[in-house]
Amino acid sequence: MAIKHLEEYRDPQIAQKIIKRIKAASLKQIRLMEVCGTHTMSIFKSGIRQLLPETISLLSGPGCPVCVTAQNEIDAFIALSRVEDVIITTFGDLIKVPGTDSSLQTERAGGRDIRIVYSTFDALEIAKKNPKKNVVFLGVGFETTAPTIAASILAAKEMNLGNYFVISTHKLVPPALVALMATREVNIDGFLLPGHVSVVIGTKAYQPFFKQYQSPCAIAGFEPLDILQAILILVEQIETGAPQLTNSYRRAVTFEGNVKAQKIMQDVFETVDVKWRGIGTIPESGLKIRKEFAAFDAQKEFAIIVSESKEPKGCVCGEILTGIKNPTECPLYQKACTPMNPVGPCMVSSEGTCAAYYRYYSI
Amino acid sequence: MKIDKILLDHGSGGKMSHQLITDMVLPIFDNPILAVLHDGAIFDIAKQRMAFSTDTYVVDPIFFPGGSIGKLAVNGTVNDLAMCGATPLYLSAGLIIEEGLSLTDLGKILQDMALAAEKANVKVVTGDTKVVPKGAVDKIFVNTSGIGLIPRQVDISSHRARPGDKVIISGSIADHGMTVLTQREGMIFDSPVISDTAPLNHMVTKMLAAHKDIHVLRDPTRGGVGAALNEIAGKSGVGIKIYEEKVPLKKEIAGICELLGFDPFYVANEGKLIAFVAPDYAEKVLAAIRADEFGQDACIIGEAIADNPGKVIMQTSIGGSRIVDMLTGEQLPRIC
Ligand code: SF4
Repeated sequence: MAIKHLEEYRDPQIAQKIIKRIKAASLKQIRLMEVCGTHTMSIFKSGIRQLLPETISLLSGPGCPVCVTAQNEIDAFIALSRVEDVIITTFGDLIKVPGTDSSLQTERAGGRDIRIVYSTFDALEIAKKNPKKNVVFLGVGFETTAPTIAASILAAKEMNLGNYFVISTHKLVPPALVALMATREVNIDGFLLPGHVSVVIGTKAYQPFFKQYQSPCAIAGFEPLDILQAILILVEQIETGAPQLTNSYRRAVTFEGNVKAQKIMQDVFETVDVKWRGIGTIPESGLKIRKEFAAFDAQKEFAIIVSESKEPKGCVCGEILTGIKNPTECPLYQKACTPMNPVGPCMVSSEGTCAAYYRYYSI
Repeated sequence: MKIDKILLDHGSGGKMSHQLITDMVLPIFDNPILAVLHDGAIFDIAKQRMAFSTDTYVVDPIFFPGGSIGKLAVNGTVNDLAMCGATPLYLSAGLIIEEGLSLTDLGKILQDMALAAEKANVKVVTGDTKVVPKGAVDKIFVNTSGIGLIPRQVDISSHRARPGDKVIISGSIADHGMTVLTQREGMIFDSPVISDTAPLNHMVTKMLAAHKDIHVLRDPTRGGVGAALNEIAGKSGVGIKIYEEKVPLKKEIAGICELLGFDPFYVANEGKLIAFVAPDYAEKVLAAIRADEFGQDACIIGEAIADNPGKVIMQTSIGGSRIVDMLTGEQLPRIC
């Protein structure tokens, strides 16, 4: 694995210069949404909010994969973990998200076999080593993770692995942007578009959205200077009344995106209407496994039925994910809901907005 | 959801660990020596100030670049004693071995323990071995306990940070935790990473020779620098201000943390210490640390302040500021 060097994107002098320019340019009161949870975290960690002029409000969007996973999907994961001879494999924070009456973490402590992996390759290895067990990978995430998970299905087919399954609850970013703009209470003056997702789908994927709404858009990287630069671009577009779809993360994102990854994704998955926590059902915004690969589809293999999924009472994650509210407006925030005892997923995920507020913002 | 079982988070060194100890352990073994919750217990026997500490090692993998569970077990207890200002003297070692462990591996672990003890100038004077059926432990778990003597006039405690104190760190952070994690997961990187496990007692001796009145010493192991600073801020009732760009962090470790979505501030170290020293003596103590073979990259990373008592505040490299809170549980890799 290659490692990038980051200091140049954290240079304090350049940062000060960009901030000066933002302050000079920003006259109107505006609301910008950072769509991606990794941006939210980076903004909090680098203290960008305190450096911006009061004219600019930053809202966190629906780009935290764990947060937008619907309650019935979380409950389905938990139900799957209780199936005999199943080993659940998953990425990170998902295990802590409270379902209706349990969480994967609690199930693990109760003896269910739930393993955190760092790549789908690890999940395939576990399947190979445990031929008598059924290994299910929890496919959560956006266009960033979907290609690697699609590739794992292709690899499982190649290897004739009969005991590897994926439950796909993948979601797509561009349809969510459309849904956001269509929501009445949401008023957003510009979008900071995700970096990693855009590496895969390319600038072109946002064109239909941009054409329809003419909202200023800037694709941004994750370093503090990347984010400041993108904010400056958005402010200038808004002030001059000349919206554009700008790629300000050119060192990683191209117009076409990663064509190979897109193809793998299309080969294995097809789009479906799915429910997002807080937003509701968005047309063509999810990925399900195509019929040709039904043998690897955990939904088909295990026919999990989740009876009654209830979202946590009082939790306003949905309004937070759409930028309508911020965590301090949730009555449970810092009271009943803390990272020690999270009520909703936005407090669990390391990319969740409530967790970011709690961890970094209580000075 | 009510938690009625032990979760891995309870062992992370973050808030959940803390809560487990204060809610379940402290009330049962209620006594003033334990209540201090320092790295080791400090008490008098026959007019001598003693430090006594114990720690159990369950690291997976048992061998990793820079060390092994054996080296770690000796250095860990030596360091806990050193953080009390004590000169470590004697250790005990308890081994719980899984049926089937290779004798070569066991031999290597014992050899590593002997070498580490020699380097730290301590003796392993008593021990115990148990063998348990396959699956009852993972390969081998090691417990070490140790005692040491604290020189007169030395009074080191997490309660003693004062506004104005400089915060010194003895070298780069997050090396051990990221090495073990990437080894365990079989990740291979362009530039190799290596654990920092090392004995710190000789460094502490040099520091105390430079200036007796060091206020606080901590080795930021589980929970990392973030947890250690939060504990000190809480116990001393001071604020702590840290300058992000001053904190030594190796490029390759920064890169891996970035890739996996880990915050290096919460990643374990096994050969680093944090010291709080009154400003007039900070340079002198810093020079003493740098004179030690394990302290060459030491530097001052911040100071204790009167504002924001109990909180750790980081001035970020681009000039913003944010809270460094204690983590709740284990850090997990992010999804995208
Ligand atoms: S603070 Fe907790 S309860 Fe409130 S919205 Fe956030 S996650 Fe939900």
